[in-house]
Amino acid sequence: MATQFVIDGLKAEIEGKEILKGINLEIKGGEIHAIMGPNGTGKSTLASALMGHPKYEVTEGSATLDGEDLLEMEVDERARAGLFLAMQYPSEIPGVTNSDFLRSAINARREEGSEISLIKFIRQMEGKMKELEMNPEFAHRYLNEGFSGGEKKRNEILQMMLLDPKIVVLDEIDSGLDIDALRIVANGVNAMRNEDRGFLIITHYQRLLNYITPDFVHVMMQGRIVKSGGPELAQRLENEGYDWVKEELGIVDETVGQA
Amino acid sequence: MSTQLTTPTDRGSAEALARSKGEPEWLVALRGEAAELAGTIEWPKPEKVRIERWNLTAVGSYAASTPAGSLTELPSVVQELVSEGTENLIVQRNSGTAWRQLSAELAAKGVIFTDLETACKEHSELVQPHLFQAVKKDEDKLTALNAALWNGGVFVYVPKNVEVELPLQSILFNDNADATFAPHILIVADSNSRVTYVDCVVTDNSAVSSPFVHPSVVEVFVKPGALVRFGSVHSMGESGVDMTLRRAVVENDGRVEWIIGDLNDGNTLSDTKSIMKGQGSTSDVKVISVGKNAQQMSLTTQAVHFGKSSDSNMITRAVMKDSASAIINGITKIEHGATKANGVQTEKVLMLSSKARGDANPILLIDEDDVTAGHAASVGQVNPEQVYYLMSRGISKSDAERLIIHGFLAPVVSEISVEAVRTQLQRLLERKLEG
Repeated sequence: MATQFVIDGLKAEIEGKEILKGINLEIKGGEIHAIMGPNGTGKSTLASALMGHPKYEVTEGSATLDGEDLLEMEVDERARAGLFLAMQYPSEIPGVTNSDFLRSAINARREEGSEISLIKFIRQMEGKMKELEMNPEFAHRYLNEGFSGGEKKRNEILQMMLLDPKIVVLDEIDSGLDIDALRIVANGVNAMRNEDRGFLIITHYQRLLNYITPDFVHVMMQGRIVKSGGPELAQRLENEGYDWVKEELGIVDETVGQA
Repeated sequence: MSTQLTTPTDRGSAEALARSKGEPEWLVALRGEAAELAGTIEWPKPEKVRIERWNLTAVGSYAASTPAGSLTELPSVVQELVSEGTENLIVQRNSGTAWRQLSAELAAKGVIFTDLETACKEHSELVQPHLFQAVKKDEDKLTALNAALWNGGVFVYVPKNVEVELPLQSILFNDNADATFAPHILIVADSNSRVTYVDCVVTDNSAVSSPFVHPSVVEVFVKPGALVRFGSVHSMGESGVDMTLRRAVVENDGRVEWIIGDLNDGNTLSDTKSIMKGQGSTSDVKVISVGKNAQQMSLTTQAVHFGKSSDSNMITRAVMKDSASAIINGITKIEHGATKANGVQTEKVLMLSSKARGDANPILLIDEDDVTAGHAASVGQVNPEQVYYLMSRGISKSDAERLIIHGFLAPVVSEISVEAVRTQLQRLLERKLEG
């Protein structure tokens, strides 16, 4: 069965403040969707609520992956069901090497007794690191500790490549990347593009979309998707900004949940 | 049921026991004086831990031990600690020595590695000038008690310029709570020698459930230019109280490295101190601890600088589970005249439950201007953001926490240069963290 990811009427709040006010979105395997929008409109909240960040509370709606309701699951179960979130601010975990972490994550998807062999794992990891032009020493560094912003983002993409998810959410993966790193990250994403995998790219710049061509572009404001279109929509936003969208929809303040 | 006295020995019985074991007169006298002192002086008073509430009197009585015919006669908990193929091993069972072995090669170089009781008889000239010199018998009731009662024990002597490549190992265990288990470990590394000593102190939990006390003293003498690496993992049973004082006196350009794993299941008082007497003397201390259930611990590291350009580094990391509590003290003392000395210390506690308690007390006492010193301390719980991040990659909550805990201890464990200690420590850590 082809991958099908359906978000239906999703509402979520943080510390009692409603941020997502009913998100509807459907992503099929093979599709790349981009969510764009100014800061403070709820884009990253959507990513965190889907993954199950403890600070966000979903109050209404559902998010199903191939018919299974992700929101009923614990964070680790969502990941094993096939959801992957490349985070905007990945945590640093002192004392845990990147390779130990990656191997634990791979083995978490395998039955006890059929863990990946060390040699096979190292071969896979080193292969992907090479594709991402990562220094091999990053395998032995403590997870994200002392990594630059760009290194952290590359490390997120490395995890995505090794974990082979069905639905990938990239939350501002382009922030803090120089143009070379942006190209490398985009190549990594493009290499993972296939009929079984869907992508949701969250960004407020068009520049990433020069490297990864989306099938659908959505604009988010006030905690809702207010406009959807094809790649030409991203282009127009890049050229003209967001004001015309606000004007068209009669929106004065596009943000949500700001004090 | 034996009567528990506030002071579990007296001059008469200490001297009588010493004589019955054929100990030299100087030692009989030392034990007698110590026994008398033990009746008059107080228990040590560590910060914020009231050890007088612990059961400190269950020191038991001397039980003569018979040497084992082979290592396979020892309990499995002991056998699995023996480093494979080791030729240098001492095993203490309760009150006495059960096994001792030294390679012909080391013996030929003049290395002495035997139990301390034997050493007092056969090497008085080396033992007497050092025994109870780094730790004085009249410091407190604990030191007096050890002086009066110590049994079995370990003596290491490494002659000038001799380098001992492989670690000397000892295993000290009890399988009878009624027997006095009070080792004294004495290491003398002569000028420009090098030696690594590792031990494990364990309980055969299948045989011990009633209260016992392990009053233990370690003295290390590092002569000029010598290097002593001392690794020790304590993993005694829940019904026990471990009180262990370790102290090194380091002379010019000497170096001591302590690696301590305080992994007992019972209450623990652990105090590890380096006295840097000589110019250019250095000390490195690493302490790892895990507490569980209602365990109470007082973990202290101390560095005292007398020597010019002396250097010390102390690290303690502890993980506290359940309602366990640990008071962690780091004391760096730089005496007047110890110019260019440098002392650094770090204490970190990770608490895994809201009932666990951890206190880190870094103390710098500096009586000299021309020095450098630093300290860092932190106490905290597992960060939920980190757990979320790991879980978002499919790792279960319990595995995520396990990774974070191991990660917390790893920077210290991975730095342990003595492989035998690292392996033992990792195994016993794993056991305690899982348990």
